[in-house]
Amino acid sequence: MNIEHIITELEQQDPELHDRMSSRRSAISGLASIGGKLALAAVPFALGSLFKKAYGQSTSGIVQVLQFALTLEYLEAEFYTLGAAAPGLVPAGPPTGAIATIRDHENAHVSLLKTTIISLGATPVPKPTFDFSAGDGSGNGPFKGVFSNYPLFLAVAQTFEDTGVRAYKGQAGELISSNDVLTAALKIHSVEARHAAHIRYMRRNLTANDTIKPWITGKDTGGIGAAVQASYNGEDVSAQAGINIVGINGTGVGVNAATEAFDEPLSKQAVLDIVAPFIV
Amino acid sequence: MAEKLNVPQEQEGHAMLSPKGQQRRRFLSLFAGTAAAATLMHACSNNDDPSPDNGVNLGGGDIGILNYAYALEQLEAAFYIRVTQTFFSGATATEQQFLTDIRDHEIAHREFFRNALGGKAIPTLEADFSKIDFNSRASVLGTAKAFEDLGVAAYNGAGKLITDGAYLLLAGKIVSVEARHAAMIRDLLSNGSFADSTAVDANGLDMALAPPDVLKVAGGFLKSKINASNLPTS
Repeated sequence: MNIEHIITELEQQDPELHDRMSSRRSAISGLASIGGKLALAAVPFALGSLFKKAYGQSTSGIVQVLQFALTLEYLEAEFYTLGAAAPGLVPAGPPTGAIATIRDHENAHVSLLKTTIISLGATPVPKPTFDFSAGDGSGNGPFKGVFSNYPLFLAVAQTFEDTGVRAYKGQAGELISSNDVLTAALKIHSVEARHAAHIRYMRRNLTANDTIKPWITGKDTGGIGAAVQASYNGEDVSAQAGINIVGINGTGVGVNAATEAFDEPLSKQAVLDIVAPFIV
Repeated sequence: MAEKLNVPQEQEGHAMLSPKGQQRRRFLSLFAGTAAAATLMHACSNNDDPSPDNGVNLGGGDIGILNYAYALEQLEAAFYIRVTQTFFSGATATEQQFLTDIRDHEIAHREFFRNALGGKAIPTLEADFSKIDFNSRASVLGTAKAFEDLGVAAYNGAGKLITDGAYLLLAGKIVSVEARHAAMIRDLLSNGSFADSTAVDANGLDMALAPPDVLKVAGGFLKSKINASNLPTS
């Protein structure tokens, strides 16, 4: 059993192996020196442990975040795909164009996340079965008729987008060790925020309610109500890093602007609780 | 017309990025579509040679990135303060409401960075808005669109340069609001352009730009020179 030979072969598959292991040089040389004494059966375990340090420790957390994101993107992609295809739901003209744009982005996010997960050596989680009435599979939840009632469709869309922004934000710190994955997640995150702003603008125009704005004021749901309050709780923060934003440094920044100027994260568990009724 | 960015209540900042030729081209071509673009790009290519030895030094590490954000927020806040002092002719009630909200958000960002940085904050920068016609809707909204898209790309690109998770989260809290602004301004110019192919690529990804690329564009609106030579690059 020649461990150095194995590593050489692996390097041909993964030219960056040595860099990944650069901080484990002593571990490698240590292993090599005792290699001759190890029982053949023990070697895979020793190597497994070594590679877990090189790959697993940093990527397993990252893969978990990506699987979580993939589940949310499956939800959004299917929601818009069904919505765009529902006869008579979305009015012709700009609304149809906007929903198609968002649908295509969400499907692209699904593809991108799957590819990334595979490239990290993991298997993408399968797409769940969804119940967009939020009825836990009964089809009879609070959003029953979401694909035949346009205002309701936009209300659910707004909640998904605002929640998606908060969900990605809550996971950014978990990705800090991987520049590439973090940057990709940030690029998705801001696109979700663009979607959220537009869906809110559509709702504002549809309802002629000028309190609905592209940004989130306090923890206001924009008239959607208690069914989605969990997606907005905590958005009413008016201090950041211990600094009170209201009237900061004698400026005229009011409490509404102070809450609108910063979007807040949601924990993974909070997001899972929010989407649970939509997943059968 | 150069204006002090620090009108009674404001200043601004902004922040982080990563390089990508294709995205940069996409962004610059976007810029080329705005009313002020031609002159702007001209100005960028000519007066933008930030000698590493002079100008306002942003510093290094996370502090440098926060100062970078602060610089961009100063620019944005100053712009919207000017916009809302005298709205372009024909500004609708909705436009006035949104532009006023955005002004206050940018002031909040600017002052937040100022306080968070404390003694390490860069000084107040001096803006140069001479290329903008504040009476023209196309000029104002075109510039706003460019600023907002630039801000999003800046924060997206700077995220990976931050080492402290708390700072990363703060940047994340701001960048999505900038993206909301960008989408709204785009919709005011052309309903449905909130995330069109000039902003979002075929993979559904927004842009990310590295600080030097962002500062080249932002520098066209600043009298003050920015020295970003100590910023982290990876």
